[in-house]
Amino acid sequence: MSTVLIIEQVLNGLQFGVMLFLMAAGLTLIFGVMGLINLAHGSLYMVGAFAAAWVAGATGSFLLALAAALAAAAAAGALIEVLVIRRLYKAAHLDQVLATFALILIFSEGTRYVFGSFPLFLDIPAYLSGPVTLPGGIQYPFYRLVLIGVGCVVALGLWWLTARTRVGIQIRAGENDREMIAALGVDISKLYTLVFAIGAALAGLAGALVGAIQSVQVGMGEPVLILAFVVIVIGGIGSIRGAFIGALLVGLTDTLGGIFLPELFKLFMESGAATQTGSALAAMAAYILMGIVLIWRPTGLFGARS
Amino acid sequence: MIPERAINAAVICGLLAVPIWAVMADEIFTITLTTRAVILALAAVGLNIALGIGGLVSFGHAVFFGLGGYAMGILAFHAQTFTPLDLGLVSVNGTKSMPVIWVVATAVSALAAWVIGLLSLRTTGVYFIMITLAFGQMFFYFTISWSAYGGEDGMSIYVRNGFPGLNTLVPIQFFGLCFAALCLALLLQWRLRGSAFGLALNAARQTPERVETVGLNPMRLKLLAFVISGAITGLAGALFADLNRFVSPTMFSWQLSGELIILIIIGGVGRLMGPVIGAAIFVALEHWLGGLTDFWHVWLGAILLLIVLFGRGGVIGLLTGKAGPHV
Repeated sequence: MSTVLIIEQVLNGLQFGVMLFLMAAGLTLIFGVMGLINLAHGSLYMVGAFAAAWVAGATGSFLLALAAALAAAAAAGALIEVLVIRRLYKAAHLDQVLATFALILIFSEGTRYVFGSFPLFLDIPAYLSGPVTLPGGIQYPFYRLVLIGVGCVVALGLWWLTARTRVGIQIRAGENDREMIAALGVDISKLYTLVFAIGAALAGLAGALVGAIQSVQVGMGEPVLILAFVVIVIGGIGSIRGAFIGALLVGLTDTLGGIFLPELFKLFMESGAATQTGSALAAMAAYILMGIVLIWRPTGLFGARS
Repeated sequence: MIPERAINAAVICGLLAVPIWAVMADEIFTITLTTRAVILALAAVGLNIALGIGGLVSFGHAVFFGLGGYAMGILAFHAQTFTPLDLGLVSVNGTKSMPVIWVVATAVSALAAWVIGLLSLRTTGVYFIMITLAFGQMFFYFTISWSAYGGEDGMSIYVRNGFPGLNTLVPIQFFGLCFAALCLALLLQWRLRGSAFGLALNAARQTPERVETVGLNPMRLKLLAFVISGAITGLAGALFADLNRFVSPTMFSWQLSGELIILIIIGGVGRLMGPVIGAAIFVALEHWLGGLTDFWHVWLGAILLLIVLFGRGGVIGLLTGKAGPHV
């Protein structure tokens, strides 16, 4: 267990964390403003990844692929908001869960119908691939560093958008009192469509960025979606700051747990059993973290006190 | 409009008539299909006690279904390999006897429901949905990485477990067992509903403050409902594992939790026969649409959307003309 390995794993954890943040930010924004649980957020992640893989295959440009991912996911988001989601804002959580579950079925099978069951591949462009040497002589993939950078830039951008712009003021006002801001002449339904499209675009971006290091396939969104839910529950539903802290916590717990828990158990168990117990526990670590946070604070770290 | 009682009677008669017809026409597959519907209905009846009466939207009921399945899988695995099951302090032999497996499956699920309920019921609303979902994922990933019992591949049980006096390998006899279990669960739900506990639980769902004012503890009412609910779903899991003679981590998957909720919504939330109608329609759709196209989930999704957006109260709501069981 060397320092190099630890630093590498911490960076991996951060990279996973900021990608989770891209998913969680949209979810928490949508919940905070519209009070909606959107299970279909993972489908938007998948839409982004497929759009990127398809455009990259057709044009060979990674930047165009990212633009396509953003546009396709935002468009898909706006479309389902207008057709379906809009009717669910006042509905019970149970109805929201079911309707968006139905959307997952439609998106997943629809994508399977169009692209088939085999995974697509999205390559990291030459200018972003290869390792870089970090201070201390650590070799680390450049692309993963770029992902961490993109995640942090998006986090700052979201903070700027919500805290410093007119739309941001409207969004925050919408969280507090939707009747009031409607009375002040803001077209609330357009605002909702916009928020939904922004959330969708972030999910699509995450899908495309992660799609380049994993395979692009049907059903890729759901595991990430559920972890993103864990993130927003830990952070407190509706809080972007909470989503960021929660995402880093979950990313680090998940990644470091997988490496270090088996090692930890080897200290007092025989090797085979230690690997077994350690990896089983590591797979559950993020959920255990969520359980602990909820027992300590039932509305999450930065959630509104009820 | 048709009274709910007539619908209930028709559903039970239909569930009995289909396999009897299948036996006479020698359509073995139809019996298996009906058995599948009955077992899924049993699982959903369990969930309906928490969700329909108690208002607890559990998105993690696959935990209990899976625990029931693995209780059967582990006991039968040790019986078929003649290895003792080491429980730390004591070591017991596996078993191929259904009654024993059922008792273990229900007890384990009830215990898990008690622990999960104690932790989850501290939260409400979305947080409750999410935490139950998270517990489901916990068990799902745990069984995937637990290689002693097959890990991701699951494990096969070569011969269906036995029930004294019956030959469970004959499809219609196994159907009879599952049907009897479903009827008992329905009877339990019906009795529960009219009991003091059921009325208090119903009240705790609507206005917990008032229930507290009259000296009852809403948290304890909900916890008990959650435990009963989990135990019934666990029993269904054991039967499901016996139907397929196979258990795997997919029994814990969150899609399964979602499907159990879907069954209830299709039939009608909180209705006695809601889960049964839902399961029958679901299995029929799965078979019929699945035969027409590989992409039948698209159509299932579309039907579901229509039900949620326009058809409040599910099939029973549509037939009786009343959106909910409480109006």
